[in-house]
Amino acid sequence: MRGFSWFNVTSLTLGFAFLYLPMILLVFYSFNESRLVTVWAGFSTKWYGELLRDAEFLDAAWVTLKVAVLSSTIATVLGTMAAHVLIRAGRFPGRTLFSGMIYAPLVMPEVITGLSLLLLFIGLNIDRGVFTVVLAHTTFSMCYVSVVVSSRLATFDRALEEAALDLGASPFQAFRLVTLPIIAPAVISGWLLAFTLSLDDLVIASFTTGPGATTLPIKIFSAVRLGVSPQINALSTLMIAIVAVGVITASLISKRGAIRQAREEQAGLRATG
Amino acid sequence: MAQTVFAPWEDPEEKPLIEFRNVTKRFGEFVAIDDLSLAIYSKEFFALLGPSGCGKTTMMRMLAGFEDPSEGAILLDGRDISGVPPNRRAVNMMFQSYALFPHLSVWDNIAFGLKREGQPKDKIAARVDEMLRLTRLNKFATRKPHQISGGQRQRVALARSLAKAPKLLLLDEPLGALDRKLREETQFELMDIQEKTGTTFVIVTHDQEEAMTVASRVAVMDEGRIVQVATPSVIYEAPISVYVADFIGDVNLVRGTARARPETPSVAAEAVAGPTAPEPAAAAAVAPNLAAPEQTASERSAAEAALPVDPRAPQPNALGEWLHDKVLFPILGRRKPQQKLLPAPSPQERATSDRPQTAPPRDAAQAKPAPAHADDPDALAGGGIVIDWAEGQPPVIATNGDAALDGKPVVLALRPEKVSIGKAALDMPNTLRGKVIDIAYLGNISTYHVQLADGSMIKAQTANTRRLSRRDITWEDEVWVGFSATAGVVLEE
Repeated sequence: MRGFSWFNVTSLTLGFAFLYLPMILLVFYSFNESRLVTVWAGFSTKWYGELLRDAEFLDAAWVTLKVAVLSSTIATVLGTMAAHVLIRAGRFPGRTLFSGMIYAPLVMPEVITGLSLLLLFIGLNIDRGVFTVVLAHTTFSMCYVSVVVSSRLATFDRALEEAALDLGASPFQAFRLVTLPIIAPAVISGWLLAFTLSLDDLVIASFTTGPGATTLPIKIFSAVRLGVSPQINALSTLMIAIVAVGVITASLISKRGAIRQAREEQAGLRATG
Repeated sequence: MAQTVFAPWEDPEEKPLIEFRNVTKRFGEFVAIDDLSLAIYSKEFFALLGPSGCGKTTMMRMLAGFEDPSEGAILLDGRDISGVPPNRRAVNMMFQSYALFPHLSVWDNIAFGLKREGQPKDKIAARVDEMLRLTRLNKFATRKPHQISGGQRQRVALARSLAKAPKLLLLDEPLGALDRKLREETQFELMDIQEKTGTTFVIVTHDQEEAMTVASRVAVMDEGRIVQVATPSVIYEAPISVYVADFIGDVNLVRGTARARPETPSVAAEAVAGPTAPEPAAAAAVAPNLAAPEQTASERSAAEAALPVDPRAPQPNALGEWLHDKVLFPILGRRKPQQKLLPAPSPQERATSDRPQTAPPRDAAQAKPAPAHADDPDALAGGGIVIDWAEGQPPVIATNGDAALDGKPVVLALRPEKVSIGKAALDMPNTLRGKVIDIAYLGNISTYHVQLADGSMIKAQTANTRRLSRRDITWEDEVWVGFSATAGVVLEE
């Protein structure tokens, strides 16, 4: 590999600056003493303290957390089931349609998803609140889970499930005792992905939410309309931290899973050692 | 050695453990198994042998319950098992990839099936430990599958599938992944375990050596049908079709037209061999019963020696009869007439079997007295057929051929090890001239590829029983190849 030429260094710097400069600025100013966002007046963590005393923000944080945990858990169960069916059921009429329909929400504009869900909830006369936001988030994050899990299942040796059946396990036992433990890393990283997606969703949440179910992104968005406060900066910094931890954990888990899988596959190739 | 031959398939009273009744399996348009019927008996080690795509794996998957037959029925212990899911069958399978659960230890892998039965913990532990002992895996009980070697993994898979003491164990190419040495060891281990546990084994393989080593019977399959089911020795020595002969081992196929041969050939009749006929060597007196102990030496030849209905088949001579009645009968039991017999060794075969095959006569003349039991022309039995295989060439004599084949195109399947090669004319009923094109030296044996006058190739094999760095037959040498009148199997095209 060639070393870093000045061209490489420059493009790398510019690229990362483009991606991360806004966030760095946000984090930087969250430690600003001054009330004015753009004027630096010395280091302080007082906005974090104020954030913790603000009941509205804490409420919103609690709602967001509830929604994220519930929706990502439901999405993981449904997404795993969908992936399992699509990979295992073999060819059945309409399989392509089904798999297409599972992946479609990935590319569907969020506005459309949000709007159609809103219309559905109105049509069914469902009171909007935490429940509807959970449903909406489950809907779109399920696809992500199913993509992650089905890519793992595609390389899963079917003989393992057959061996479990052959040894007397029922199909459900075979899944619970053999398949699930082996694909667990993919399932967990799917859950983390769904969790972070739900955490930072603004568009769909704002369509489907109702009174008393304000999530943090909605809260931030509406607060910013009244002017950016250092408190928002502090809150955003915290969210960046949580999301970063979630994403990094997910990728570490799936990376470790991939390494382990490679090792097991090598063992599967039965090198006689 | 004193035990009765295991052959439940010859006993009409014996009930088969597994029965395929006119089973057909289709995948869409493709017919994987075509109207197949087969019986496998308890305690058998049964091999399904065939090239990939012949349907052997489909048969195994139908036995395990992963596929259902499209037509027909599969009976286990007399009961139709079609429709019974795999987890409710007293059948276990050892997978080709072993399919060990990577997240479980060796111990838990073996215990998996037992736990599903809901047995008490101490019983499970006892059974797992028993399996670990049987497969010599005690030391590895706590390891994960990726922490042990390929051979050990293979044994874990075997222990896991045997733990539930199934009526039937299916082995899907179980040794394909092991290297040659380990494979040979494991084959004997498998046979040993099969004998110890008394389980019926059905093995699927494309490796004919493996099938012949381990199996009590072999079914050779082709395109969804069973071509021949028989013991390894019958499959090898008496294949019923060119396909079987060609699939099992190495074979020379001599194609030609059959011509009936007189029942009592005169010496003159042998002159059809023409100018290339072997000059009968000085007819040394052949002690006729010298060969007899050899004939009765093994139970196999004892059992095969006689078929009273067929006048052409060799009869046991006086010494053989005496040996059978006084010595072998009390030990082995009475000789049963067999359904399918191997071609009995001819006097020529017996004579040649203890003669160095490559030794050219001039060497032999110096080293030892002239061949003691050279072929007596009178020893060549009458009947059978001759095969015209090339124009202007002497026909090949096959006394074991059916005279009714007269005029039909036939194939003589001739194993290379039954073809002798020498630099001078060989003293055998069939001798052909040719030129050595290729030599495959394998250490223990050498195979010579000899081109005959009509351009066709014939392989002759000799065991390298003496240590010689240079063998006297080499490339481009003019040689003679010879074989006895019963060395080949005559097959209809």
